[in-house]
Amino acid sequence: MTSATGAEGAPHPYVPATEADTRIMLDRLGLTSTAQLFDALPADHRDPSIELPPALAEAEVLRLMRSRAAMNADALTRPSFLGAGAYRRAIPSIVPYLISRSEFMTAYTPYQPEISQGTLQSAFEYQSVVCELTGMDVSNTGLYDVASATAEACLLAVRSTGRRAVALLEPMHPGTIDVVRTYAYGAGVSVDVVRGVDELDAVHACVVVQQPDFLGTIHDVEAVANAAHAVGALCVVAADPFALGLLRSPGDAGADVVTGEGRDLAFGTQFGGPSVGLFAAREAHLRQMPGRIVGQTRELHGPREADGSEGAPRTGYVLTLQAREQFIRRERATSNVSTGQSLVALAFTIAVQAYGPHGMREAATLCYQRAHEAAARIGALPGYDIAERGPWFQEFLVRGPLPAREILAALEVRGIAGGLDVSGRDEEAAQDAFLCCVTDTTPPEHVDALVEALAEIGAGR
Amino acid sequence: MEIRDDRRYTSEHEWLLLDGAEGTIGISDYAQDELGDVVYVALPAVGARMTAGATFGEVESVKTVSELFAPVTGEVVAVNEALRDHPEHVNASPYDDGWMVRVRLDDPAQAAALLDAAAYRATLPA
Repeated sequence: MTSATGAEGAPHPYVPATEADTRIMLDRLGLTSTAQLFDALPADHRDPSIELPPALAEAEVLRLMRSRAAMNADALTRPSFLGAGAYRRAIPSIVPYLISRSEFMTAYTPYQPEISQGTLQSAFEYQSVVCELTGMDVSNTGLYDVASATAEACLLAVRSTGRRAVALLEPMHPGTIDVVRTYAYGAGVSVDVVRGVDELDAVHACVVVQQPDFLGTIHDVEAVANAAHAVGALCVVAADPFALGLLRSPGDAGADVVTGEGRDLAFGTQFGGPSVGLFAAREAHLRQMPGRIVGQTRELHGPREADGSEGAPRTGYVLTLQAREQFIRRERATSNVSTGQSLVALAFTIAVQAYGPHGMREAATLCYQRAHEAAARIGALPGYDIAERGPWFQEFLVRGPLPAREILAALEVRGIAGGLDVSGRDEEAAQDAFLCCVTDTTPPEHVDALVEALAEIGAGR
Repeated sequence: MEIRDDRRYTSEHEWLLLDGAEGTIGISDYAQDELGDVVYVALPAVGARMTAGATFGEVESVKTVSELFAPVTGEVVAVNEALRDHPEHVNASPYDDGWMVRVRLDDPAQAAALLDAAAYRATLPA
């Protein structure tokens, strides 16, 4: 047993009930032992024997966990070309520093939110950043992730148009499609996964286009928006906000709602979360927005000064347009989302502001160039080619002399995560291919290692 | 509290002012007073159908959101676009500038089934 001891008479340091406490509870229940509480379970499923080593002291546990953690294939040190929705970005050091300040240590929007002006101001700044990146008029304070934000965008379109179907344009992240289907199921909305805008018609509340799409291609959002508007549907763009540093803003291209994945610039890819889902829309859809919205206002009366006179009115921040929300509108609320990803949104805000508009453009440009240089080198290898499919950002489709699965397995043996096998997808460009991602954060020596390894694999070595 | 005698009412506090086969719809002075400052009115589009007893829009005030119930069945022929920028008309002038929609009744006789001013007044708290 552990050497740590619990409360006086307690059998275990983490179980506060003493034997006397347990006795009182059992007496009240008319039982004689805790084992009787489990009598309802079949006897042969009770108390299965679990072979556990003896408990360790805290220092021993830490040593064990560190040694286990060191066995992880770490994307920071091992070459990894996985993307497909989670991209390694350079997160400025100021981000973890600032978000660790005790002023931001809250898990939740405080009750009476207006008492926490700093929290609301940071949310307002987040909204401002999102509006600038997306070219939209209004942003909320953030949803869970791009998938749930996109599902909410579909529901907004359903409310705004009165139509009961939405169209998702492939190639789209399968996780986003699944989450939209889940939300749509509950709302009684049908989901059509389409291959082109020619499949849109007047039953669709919206079409969702991922930018860049799941296979990395940059879409002409204006063409998609025009096709949507021609049938009276909205155009929703699920964007990578980092890529928006370089690409034309969806708002400028005619989008009605823009969602995005904020995780990569905020906390990094770490196991896919936690995340923040960007959600912004044109003002026409303001009343149909989900989530919380912070507004900036000005006091009617300034504070009382020491001499009793009234000081100048100050700027303040408030939660606004709350009649959309479920604590007022109940079952008719625009959304059941009642929580936010405040800390991730804060990190996102700080990161984007640290980059600045110029820095965002530079970083995205560098990302584009690095990826295209890498693709050109791989495409020049004997037996390899890069699938042609229009302009792309940071991900490219590699076809080699062997099936994609075998190439990736051979890379794995060499300690390289070469990318995602997409050879089973329907798109022609994806046939026999794997999806390889190179960003501005991919070390050049990792690209060298990949090119060298692919050459070896191609030569049958 | 002004309850005008020239029109009909629902127990949900909408009014209907009939003019031939068409009727204008709004909410009563009592309703606007209960809601408080109106900040937004969501109304149907011209050409939309409304069905007696079903909702046709929403009124949002600083403290709540209320559904609007159609007093009669028919087609919306006009919407008070001024409310988009001036929802406060509903408070300041519920029977005139604060009108909401104009509807062509499928059956003008349907209006007779609504409460007259005296009957509506009787439904209100003293």
